[in-house]
Amino acid sequence: MSTISRDEVARVAALARIDLRPDELDRLAGELDVIVDSVAQVSAVATPDVPATSHPLPMTNVYREDVPVPALPVADVLAAAPDAQDGRFAVPQILGEE
Amino acid sequence: MSTRTVDLVDYDDAVRRYDPVLGIEVHVELGTVTKMFCGAEVEFGGEPNTQVTPVSLGLPGALPVVNRTAVESAIKIGLALNCSIAESCRFARKNYFYPDNPKNFQTSQYDEPIAFDGYLDVELEDGTVFRVEIERAHMEEDAGKNTHVGGAGGRISGAEYSLVDYNRAGIPLVEIVTRPIEGVGERAPEIARAYVKTLRDIFRALDVSEARMERGNVRADVNLSLRATPESPLGTRTETKNVNSFRSVERAVRYEVSRQAALLDAGDAVVQETRHWHEDRGVTSSGRVKSDAEDYRYFPEPDLVPVAPARSWVESLRAAQPELPVERRRRLQGEWGYADAEMRDVVNADAIDIIEATVAAGSSPAGARKWWMGELARRAKSAEVELAELPVTPGQVAQLQGLVDSGRINDKLARQALEGVLAGEGDPEQVVVARGLEVVSDDGPLLEAIDAALAAQPDIAEKIRSGNLGPVGAIIGAVMKATRGQADAGRVRELVIERTSA
Repeated sequence: MSTISRDEVARVAALARIDLRPDELDRLAGELDVIVDSVAQVSAVATPDVPATSHPLPMTNVYREDVPVPALPVADVLAAAPDAQDGRFAVPQILGEE
Repeated sequence: MSTRTVDLVDYDDAVRRYDPVLGIEVHVELGTVTKMFCGAEVEFGGEPNTQVTPVSLGLPGALPVVNRTAVESAIKIGLALNCSIAESCRFARKNYFYPDNPKNFQTSQYDEPIAFDGYLDVELEDGTVFRVEIERAHMEEDAGKNTHVGGAGGRISGAEYSLVDYNRAGIPLVEIVTRPIEGVGERAPEIARAYVKTLRDIFRALDVSEARMERGNVRADVNLSLRATPESPLGTRTETKNVNSFRSVERAVRYEVSRQAALLDAGDAVVQETRHWHEDRGVTSSGRVKSDAEDYRYFPEPDLVPVAPARSWVESLRAAQPELPVERRRRLQGEWGYADAEMRDVVNADAIDIIEATVAAGSSPAGARKWWMGELARRAKSAEVELAELPVTPGQVAQLQGLVDSGRINDKLARQALEGVLAGEGDPEQVVVARGLEVVSDDGPLLEAIDAALAAQPDIAEKIRSGNLGPVGAIIGAVMKATRGQADAGRVRELVIERTSA
């Protein structure tokens, strides 16, 4: 039974900035269905006494003291920039968003 | 950007017919030495991209580590806002694509904020106290800074390209979110402003941030909706982003009330969206349609382990909380004996700290207020700087007032001495000596000047001798002139009378 619609795949793809062709939308709707159904099976067997796990390690409070480390040299920072100007990354124009 | 004229309803009319509800999100940049998740040093005004590490740039494989001082500051803020502090909380990724966000997600907190369920009592200018309920305060990181090049005057739309500086990316932020603020009525703008200002004062009192509005250390997003009556369900809200001065907070609320009322009057719907505030024109304009939380696809940050502040740590921070601004204002007003209106002026001029320092340096409270709220306030205003930026210290002002109190100089000479201090001629004491400003306390030179003045104006001298003290001021004036203002007028008067009655 399909629970993920083609429109939902298109919407999620747009949020993730992934450009999908129509045939890919159809295929992924089916594949995502399988994934969602599989995860749902885990939910079915999970009981309230099993705490949700977001971190596999039983570890908390890993801190860093507020002490500076050397910054990267600007030349290194900009080395991977597709384009740079005045010590800054140059990026394509940003439209209407915020 | 749309340029069509927007209909507005007169503000007073709008709040008579609609009930405004506020919601305010305030971001404060913490004043830590380094960033939230890496050791890049944070310093205002550095050259572009000189304060970045692989973590600030989101380079592959870079791993974040939490700044302990930032967590401590967040707990202090939570405690000052009467919040519960989480036993355990975690970070989450908020996913969105924008060039100022190099990782394509912002590390934030979502379902487990470090502080929650608090309140803040806000004192309005007339002394009324309004309680704002706080939903949460959570930790996150700032984004980089875009500069838009080309297009019309650097605005976003029409820009040809953008330049990005990541120095600000990763600076620790605490975001404080209110619950819907109901029952504000026509005072909505004033309450919004007072709330943000009270928070700013608290950040400074806690010493967790410089909290300078003009530098964007404190930024407010103002949510506003209207409904027919206080009993109606909440209306559709707009969120006006990045309102960065107290005055703008007030104006943006007023504007949105008037704008939304016009839409509702016309039977139109308010669109749920973010809006931009335009300081120059005093209006908001449509931004993007507001994303739902699910569009951000939050999920727990796998690279950071949970923060579980020990209760002993939280309690020691609670015990060490400084006096908060409202309490401090009340205490100082009592100690200084200022009238309510005087204290209000001092508060509004942001002069409390400097007057306190001046009093601590030995000045009388009245003297400290006289200088900082008078001559020095005028100079700060004309130079467009803060009082603290004037080239005079509280210690020097205290010394100046001390010279007045001891009678060594009078107010007029004190202003000249202050002039010298501001011109970099040294402490008031040095200026008084160097410029020879001291009041002439020796009667000898005064008597000489009096005799000369009496001789120069024989008619007046005769009148005074015959017991008519009316024109005595003319003689005092002449003596003051002859001594370049350095005589004690009271003493001169006594001497003139002595001299003429002999």
